Amino acid sequence: MRWGGAVLRLEDLIIDNGGFRVAATLQVPKGARVAVMGPSGAGKSTLLGAVAGFHDTPRGRILWDGGDITALPPGKRPCAILFQDGNLFPHLSIAQNVGLGIDPGLRLNADQRARVTRALARVGLGGLDDRKPAQLSGGQQSRAALARVLVQDKPLLLLDEPFAALGPALKADMLELVAELAAETGATLMMVTHDPADARRIADQVIVVEDGVAHPPTATAALLDHPPEGLRAYLGRD
Amino acid sequence: MAGRAQPVSPAAGLAAAALVAAVILGPVAAVLWRAEGGRGLGPADWAAIRFSVTQAVLSATLSVALAIPVARALARRGFPGRAVLVTLLGAPFILPVIVAVFGLLAVFGRSGWISDAASLVGLPPLQIYGLHGVVLAHVFFNLPLATRLILQGWRDIPAEHFRLAAQLGFGPRDSTRWLERPMLARLVPGIWAVVFAICLTSFAVALTLGGGPRATTVELAIYQAFLFDFDLGRAALLALIQIALAGSAAALALWLSPGEGSGGGLDRMTRRWDTGGPGLALWDGALIALTALFLLLPLAAIVADGLGGLTRLPPQVWEASLRSVLVALASTALMLVLALPMALAVASGRRLAGDGAGILGLAASPLVIGTGFFILLNPWISPASLALPVTALVNVLMALPFALRILIPAARDTAQGYGRLGLSLDMRPRDWLARVVLPRMRVRLGFAAGLTAALSMGDLGVIALFADAEAATLPLQMYRLMGSYQTEAAAGAALLLLALSLGLFWVFDAVGRRGAEA
Repeated sequence: MRWGGAVLRLEDLIIDNGGFRVAATLQVPKGARVAVMGPSGAGKSTLLGAVAGFHDTPRGRILWDGGDITALPPGKRPCAILFQDGNLFPHLSIAQNVGLGIDPGLRLNADQRARVTRALARVGLGGLDDRKPAQLSGGQQSRAALARVLVQDKPLLLLDEPFAALGPALKADMLELVAELAAETGATLMMVTHDPADARRIADQVIVVEDGVAHPPTATAALLDHPPEGLRAYLGRD
Repeated sequence: MAGRAQPVSPAAGLAAAALVAAVILGPVAAVLWRAEGGRGLGPADWAAIRFSVTQAVLSATLSVALAIPVARALARRGFPGRAVLVTLLGAPFILPVIVAVFGLLAVFGRSGWISDAASLVGLPPLQIYGLHGVVLAHVFFNLPLATRLILQGWRDIPAEHFRLAAQLGFGPRDSTRWLERPMLARLVPGIWAVVFAICLTSFAVALTLGGGPRATTVELAIYQAFLFDFDLGRAALLALIQIALAGSAAALALWLSPGEGSGGGLDRMTRRWDTGGPGLALWDGALIALTALFLLLPLAAIVADGLGGLTRLPPQVWEASLRSVLVALASTALMLVLALPMALAVASGRRLAGDGAGILGLAASPLVIGTGFFILLNPWISPASLALPVTALVNVLMALPFALRILIPAARDTAQGYGRLGLSLDMRPRDWLARVVLPRMRVRLGFAAGLTAALSMGDLGVIALFADAEAATLPLQMYRLMGSYQTEAAAGAALLLLALSLGLFWVFDAVGRRGAEA
């Protein structure tokens, strides 16, 4: 394949999210930027949640770089995930929130504290280290969460619509920033989105999830230009 | 590996729940074992059952019937001091029963303020002892509770509904019909049942204002079988009856319970347009003023009578105070050690403690547990020597259902809001507790600790079974002073006990609130 070898493989996987089941057999190439699309309730979040380790997988395996990660707890997996909300602890400062990405006990040495400061500066929050999340705007909160993702330094980044509450321009800015960060670190990116424009902007492939099945990724432009029937109904075009 | 909701295992909570169950069920088993059914129930026992049920029905019905118009008035009237009054409605919960009884006697007693005023116009003094005294005290405690619960119901009607009602031109009557009556029909049976269950196992009120063959509750009869007849078998039989009575009442309360409300924000007002004319405003104002007087007069009497006695307290009162504070602190510490892991386990999706602890806590009354402990300890060791530890332990059991109700929603919010984040950051249990759980729950923990400390400080229950002359707690010491007609010293002790109970609550609550945010 053009992308080099696959780095994430879902083999014959059945995901059980409290009785709701999603089946997935697919692989994602290293360094790819993949949008996950499909109707509401189809199982997009469930797919990401399973990769991150939050759902039972009664059948199949999840492989990362050839190693089986199916039984690993969420914190030991090679991925960082951003949820729709609850990405920052409101009672901790921005710097503490970012620092948790380096050491979950927050015992940081001088080098590590400097890394936190650099990460905040990189996402445009320099000097706001001691603010609490509530003292920041929605966009700034998203940037702070991205700064933590940056210091977590995981090879797979999962976005479960963390920017859904932002306005269109701000959301575009954030996705731009995500794309830059992924490019800098070489991380593989999987992001849930409802917006074909988002997918076109930063994703080179799309995983379509519908009727409890996650389909293997296909090239974004080709898929969106000639969507299959289910996706066409969802996108609302003729 | 899925299935965990937060970076801490529910095992500790399961162990705590098992321990609580053992500490309750052990004494209950002892009661079952020792109960002597040979002679069956005598007329005095039947009288106790009848009186328990009668006074509980009257107390619950009066409390709820009065609470509905008061809550309605509070829901639709904004006035200066409203927030203070709503807070005051929470005060009887942490008011020691014996102190409240003292205040009620000072206002409604034979030589109380009202009797004094009546004698000026030649009317006979009020009689407070007996059924109506018991009911009066129960209404004093439960009218505020019922008012707060019903007010919560009004608050939970969305503001949009009142806006829509205004748009449709609703008057007070229409609002009652379309908005309030459905809410009341849903809430009131459960609230009635809760008050009924609380009053059914009443001990300290019956001990001080009831008594005699015509006004003895089952809980009081257990105590009398113990202390006056030294008849452990009969005490155990009565305890068995109490378990059946209180268990049915608790089951009824849970069955009718509308579930937990949001609990907060009672001091805020929903904007209302359906407040009627000046006549209705006057009616609401009078109701609110009377309720405030009913609550404030006894408290004022405690302060007024107590100030003089404070300087003339016998040394036993100070010793008893120290004992009570230590018991209260021990109860609080033990409650936190048990309730926090249980709340975390419930928040992780384990259905152990919510309903179970509620039933056990309400069904197993203090004197039943106390009787059971006495039976278990008596062959091995003098129960009196363990009076204070047993009292502290029973106080924990009594406070636990309330503490869990306070802690579980906060634990659930923390686990649901941030559990996945904590897991994905690979936080260790220690870090999760120190960095997330304690900071996020500290307001609720402080509140629960304050309630437990105040309840334990003011408790007059199992200590009355166990204590000898040397080991009295402050409430028991105060009861003894009242019984020996040392009224001035009793008044001083009442004020001291009031100050210590409210003070302990305030300290824990303030520590919880300090530095808390977001």
